Amino acid sequence: MSEARVFWINGPVLKARPVGSLQMKEAVFVGEERLAAEVIRLDGDAVTVQVFEDTTGLKPGAVVRGSGLPLAVSLGPGMLGSMFDGIQRPLSTIASSHGDFFRAGVEAPALDPEQRWRFTPKLDVGVAVVGGTVLGEVPESGNTSSRILVPPGVSGTLTWIAPQGDYKGAETIARLHGESGERQIAMVNRWPIRQPRPSARRLSTEQPLLTGQRIIDTFFPVAKGGAASLPGGFGTGKTVLLQTLAKWCDADVIVYVGCGERGNEMADVLDEFPELEDPLTGRKLMERTVLIANTSNMPVAAREASIYTGMTIAEYYRDQGHHVALFADSISRWAEALREISGRLEELPAEEGYPAYLPTRLAEFFERAGSVSTLQGVPASLTVVATVSPPGGDFSEPVTAHTRRYVKSFLALDKVRAQARFYPAIDPLQSYSGYVQHTERWWTSHGGVRWASLTKNVLALLEEQSRLEKMVKIVGRDALPAAQRLVLVCAEIVVEALLRQSAFSEIDRYCSSEKQMSMLNVADDFLSQSQRVVEAGVDPDTILTLPVVRRVQRMGEDIANDDLEAFSALTHDISTAFSALAPTFAQNDDNAA
Amino acid sequence: MISAARSLLHTGVTSVQGPLVFVRNVRGAGLYDRVDVITPEDAIRSGRVVAISEDRIIVEVFQGTDGLSLQGTRLRLFDEPVTLDVGPGMLGRVYDGLGKPTDGGPPIPARARMRVDGNAINPVRRDVPSEFIETGISAIDAMNSLVRGQKLPVFSGSGLSHDRLASNIARFARLRGTDSTDFAIVFAAIGVTFDTADHFRREMDEYGALERIALFLNLASDPSAERLLTPRVALTAAEYLAYHEGRHVLVIVTDVTNYCEALREVSSSHGEVPSRKGYPGYMYSDLASLYERAGRIRDRAGSITQVPILTMPNDDITHPIPDLSGYITEGQIVLSRDLERRGVFPPVALLPCLSRLMNKGTGAGMTSADHPALAAQLYSSYAQAQRLKLLSSVVGEEGLSASDRDLLAFLERMESEFLDQGDERRTLEETFDIAWRLLAQLPDESLVRLADRQIAEHIVAHRHG
Ligand SMILES: Nc1ncnc2c1ncn2[C@@H]1O[C@H](COP(=O)(O)OP(=O)(O)OP(=O)(O)O)[C@@H](O)[C@H]1O
Ligand SMILES: [Mg+2]
Repeated sequence: MSEARVFWINGPVLKARPVGSLQMKEAVFVGEERLAAEVIRLDGDAVTVQVFEDTTGLKPGAVVRGSGLPLAVSLGPGMLGSMFDGIQRPLSTIASSHGDFFRAGVEAPALDPEQRWRFTPKLDVGVAVVGGTVLGEVPESGNTSSRILVPPGVSGTLTWIAPQGDYKGAETIARLHGESGERQIAMVNRWPIRQPRPSARRLSTEQPLLTGQRIIDTFFPVAKGGAASLPGGFGTGKTVLLQTLAKWCDADVIVYVGCGERGNEMADVLDEFPELEDPLTGRKLMERTVLIANTSNMPVAAREASIYTGMTIAEYYRDQGHHVALFADSISRWAEALREISGRLEELPAEEGYPAYLPTRLAEFFERAGSVSTLQGVPASLTVVATVSPPGGDFSEPVTAHTRRYVKSFLALDKVRAQARFYPAIDPLQSYSGYVQHTERWWTSHGGVRWASLTKNVLALLEEQSRLEKMVKIVGRDALPAAQRLVLVCAEIVVEALLRQSAFSEIDRYCSSEKQMSMLNVADDFLSQSQRVVEAGVDPDTILTLPVVRRVQRMGEDIANDDLEAFSALTHDISTAFSALAPTFAQNDDNAA
Repeated sequence: MISAARSLLHTGVTSVQGPLVFVRNVRGAGLYDRVDVITPEDAIRSGRVVAISEDRIIVEVFQGTDGLSLQGTRLRLFDEPVTLDVGPGMLGRVYDGLGKPTDGGPPIPARARMRVDGNAINPVRRDVPSEFIETGISAIDAMNSLVRGQKLPVFSGSGLSHDRLASNIARFARLRGTDSTDFAIVFAAIGVTFDTADHFRREMDEYGALERIALFLNLASDPSAERLLTPRVALTAAEYLAYHEGRHVLVIVTDVTNYCEALREVSSSHGEVPSRKGYPGYMYSDLASLYERAGRIRDRAGSITQVPILTMPNDDITHPIPDLSGYITEGQIVLSRDLERRGVFPPVALLPCLSRLMNKGTGAGMTSADHPALAAQLYSSYAQAQRLKLLSSVVGEEGLSASDRDLLAFLERMESEFLDQGDERRTLEETFDIAWRLLAQLPDESLVRLADRQIAEHIVAHRHG
């Protein structure tokens, strides 16, 4: 292997003089402590390396040892339920060997090499296989079984396959005879993190990722295989929302990347996920989750790598035919890591000190999301949702602006709502989703025939409200005609009724699609009844005094997913209340019926 | 292997810029190694190696470079990072900004030398902070609860009463149900005036609390590069007290803004490409390396709770210092100049405040089952009232309905009866009682965050009472 000698050190970045040739993006080890690092630049007589660990104490003359291979992760059974750092070091293993605090130079295999997995072969000898062919299965965690695939790019005729039995990850479970001769395949394989794993072809996104969050599923859906961003100033609720999605969305496998955020938030996930159950399958959430934690105080280069580590792991599960969701909190911290490394390299900065290649890197990252047909021809998807932390909450800054170019769903969190403790603080007028049309068909075939028109009505009402509120600021509320005051009254009620959903309410934290449709119907009914009474001469403000209004506004947190009849009762009580307000109208209605 | 001083003294200083010294032809220096810088007058200053290139190293001198010359300055390198000697008896003492005792007392019997930069806690070893701390301050206890192991900064403005708030928290804070506090306090003054630091010390003395405090003082007149070290030294002491002596430590750092300014100054001497407002692009990570040292660790008795204070330049919460802090800490208590002017103490601007760990430490079995709903309702009504007040200041009060007037009255009373408590310590029950009483002035239809049962239990009684 090639080597180099360090002569320049600046934080996590160092330069070294090579003996032999190191490759761009090659994984290397630095010094006696064997700090993990990666080649990021090659010049005539120097290589530049970013180090994924604390470089305190590093001296010129330290040896940089090449590995001959690009920075890669180990993919195989045993990842579900684990927490890794940004370069896939297993945090629990490190904690048991090295204690409560990190130290530099800790090497630990990502997957326990001694652990045995029950392999059941699915093919017979003599079959021709290609990359992506399923060799066998391993029950991994909960109900998720890992399918052991022929690695991408490998093909040949199966000359031997292991009988059912318990094998270690590195043991050979199959042999192929291919063009380049004999080849052995184990359950655990490595894949470079910066290189997307191949699939047969891209499919269009049609299924919604059901998240159980009304403002998303009902108004701004995210498709399975789609990409979404969640921008918002500090404390507006990005992390809580992202964790809520990770808890309740209907993906098979979740990869959650804490990229440059808080240690306590990761501890929180570790605390809660093993206790909570997936509402669809009943298994523990932790059993379908892989966590990557590179918190804000952990090395910045490993933070830069963390989203790729997460992405590659997500692709590995996608390639097995799963619907996978990758959640990254926050893409801004990744961009800052990129900026910091770039600054130490003295590269010419573009906007706000970020390197000029920021948009390209973002595009490459979000392009790895998608709905695909895997190499074995099975539909699968990888959805990506990333938070963005704009400085000063200003959405025009580079990371928010560029991210927006590569995602189709933009869920803008708003400070004013968050300050009033209105959660999730998504601003419906600033947010949008390009997946509405894609998911319309799904709703239509799942009891939501009126879904598209009802949501459009509600959004139109909110737009009208915002327009009128500007007028109220000039002329006062009393100057508005009844019909317009009605818009203000109704919008306020509907917002409270449909859009507010506390992540901490046991009843409301997950809202089934049936409940969402019921609530949408109740709201619609409420709107049309209010309109009719006001047309019959009732003052809009009296609607606010109806006791049933409270119940409409609280229906999300008062009525459980399995209590849908309560919505019929509520609809009935709404009618009764409105009839009392405008009896003539009720009579007419009865006559008509 | 501890103090691996090299006997060799290096000369070869080629340039001195701000707090940085550039030295030619130094071999064997490690990144961030500790350095003694010996002045032409043979005085010793401490510093550390911050960058290394082929033919020179850059040394950051904590006590500044005034009086150094190119010829007369010598350096002694150590094969170790900057450390702090820790041991029993650290409390009740006063230290300088680098952690040397300055109160004339005996040296600290060094039980260990700890690296002042600390080491990141492995997230799997963190325990989620969840023990409610009663601070005795209504705006915090009811609406932005603090828990052990949290980092909850005070965002203030110059001249506001943040120091008084901090010393009240330091005096009042205790676990619920206990009559006295068991907190050890580490107070780090960064670039503040002697008066500020001394005032805090006297306050604590008055309440007989001096023996549970360690004071680290970098005053306004002290060199600014030293400010980079002071919070690290203080946090190292806090880690020793928490994780080795098993204490619950409350760390008060004031003023983080001075720290950030020192960071900017040093960064610009390096000629680094600045990010917003001239602050370095790594300020987020740098601040995180301080704030993230709060927490609890599984199977360890102690904890570190941080209440850092920062003054927002021009009262602007979007300024990079409060902004980046807010992105790292677990909430913030924001002070308002307007309330201060009107004599409300503590002048807590409720809306921009937040405690992210509140839901971990409040609710059934911890404070009261109805606490979260109470806080949510107070916030919702307060926000609504503020909006209304703004609107009525534009279009006039004539058009206000009866329920609008109720809301404005609620706003008024929130400030005069709930927020304004002077230096009195309130129990959580007293705070709750005021809060329910004020909410009871509002009609049911505006109490949407409360369930019918909560209205029946808490509100109705106050209406008739
Ligand atoms: N959906 C929600 N339901 C209930 N409470 C919420 C919700 N979203 C946010 N909150 C409250 O707001 C607080 C802040 O949210 P969160 O930590 O997610 O903000 P953030 O946008 O991630 O901030 P930062 O950028 O600083 O990380 C939470 O601690 C919680 O109290
Ligand atoms: Mg967050």
